[in-house]
Amino acid sequence: MTSKIRRGLSAAWPICLGYFPIGLSLGVLAQKGGLAPWQMAAMSILVFAGGSQFIAVAMIGIGASPLAIISTTFMVNLRHLLMSSALSVHFPGVSRRFLALFAYGLTDESFAVNMTRFNQGEWHRYSALTLNHAANTTWIVSTVAGVYLGQLVPPGAAGVDFALTGMFICLLVFQLRGPVFTITALIAAASALLTYLWLPGNAYVIVASCLAATIGLILKRLLWKQGRIHE
Amino acid sequence: MSNRDFLLLMLAMGAVTYLPRMLPLVVLSRRALPTWFAEWLELIPAAILSALIAPTLFAHPDPRLFTLGKIELLAALPTLICALKTRSLAGTVIVGMLCYWGLGAMR
Repeated sequence: MTSKIRRGLSAAWPICLGYFPIGLSLGVLAQKGGLAPWQMAAMSILVFAGGSQFIAVAMIGIGASPLAIISTTFMVNLRHLLMSSALSVHFPGVSRRFLALFAYGLTDESFAVNMTRFNQGEWHRYSALTLNHAANTTWIVSTVAGVYLGQLVPPGAAGVDFALTGMFICLLVFQLRGPVFTITALIAAASALLTYLWLPGNAYVIVASCLAATIGLILKRLLWKQGRIHE
Repeated sequence: MSNRDFLLLMLAMGAVTYLPRMLPLVVLSRRALPTWFAEWLELIPAAILSALIAPTLFAHPDPRLFTLGKIELLAALPTLICALKTRSLAGTVIVGMLCYWGLGAMR
């Protein structure tokens, strides 16, 4: 048990490193928008979703209606539906209680790391849960710290702004396990860029991922039928 | 906004964030998926990661414009090479950060 927790913690560090400056800057914005430390803590504990928290802080600041804030949050975080579906194959027959707790910590970053580790094998669900909660704790601490002392931290110190992008690039490389995966990733990048430029919000993640995975699947089936690749 | 209204708003935001994270895990983990759907889901992580990265490298955020001149894109090349060669997450993240920092300082 202890070793599973330790493995989860040691896999979490790039996420924590990336979350810290983002959390601090959210805290600074929240403080400028009139949020108290306890309100920042409540938001980070109850919502725990970086992008939508930035949007919510801005919307609260300009006095947007609660309904507008809630529906925006829903749209922004809907992409987790796909990640949750993709992760589900790694939890056959696991108790509902565990899954309910695990799902709380599902973010883009924890999804990417957990999915990679599960695919590599020997990744226990308690390591995955530990990773989620290490990321969550970092997020809560850094956002609240941002409300208190965010102004003191220089922006862009030592390239930390690139930590999450660097992590995503490496995790993407781990995912490329054959030509179909590479083609899918290329289609996803191109269509994400196009939809990012044409559609507002971050609908581009869902639209591009679904489109790319569908084309990738069709391609895989066609190649398989022609006997070009073997499973 | 009163404290009570704020907490209610947070609870509602939390609920609409949590349900899409939880429902597929709880519902789908208990049944056998059709082969095509399992294969489709297998491609989803690569697609999502690629979709998340692309605008960071190739687009300005506000207003949204295509560009080939971002430091992120320049830093992504050595990061990508490092990931392919070393297959080390820690090493890649550190190399990426150093490149980004160095390129930013040169500009």
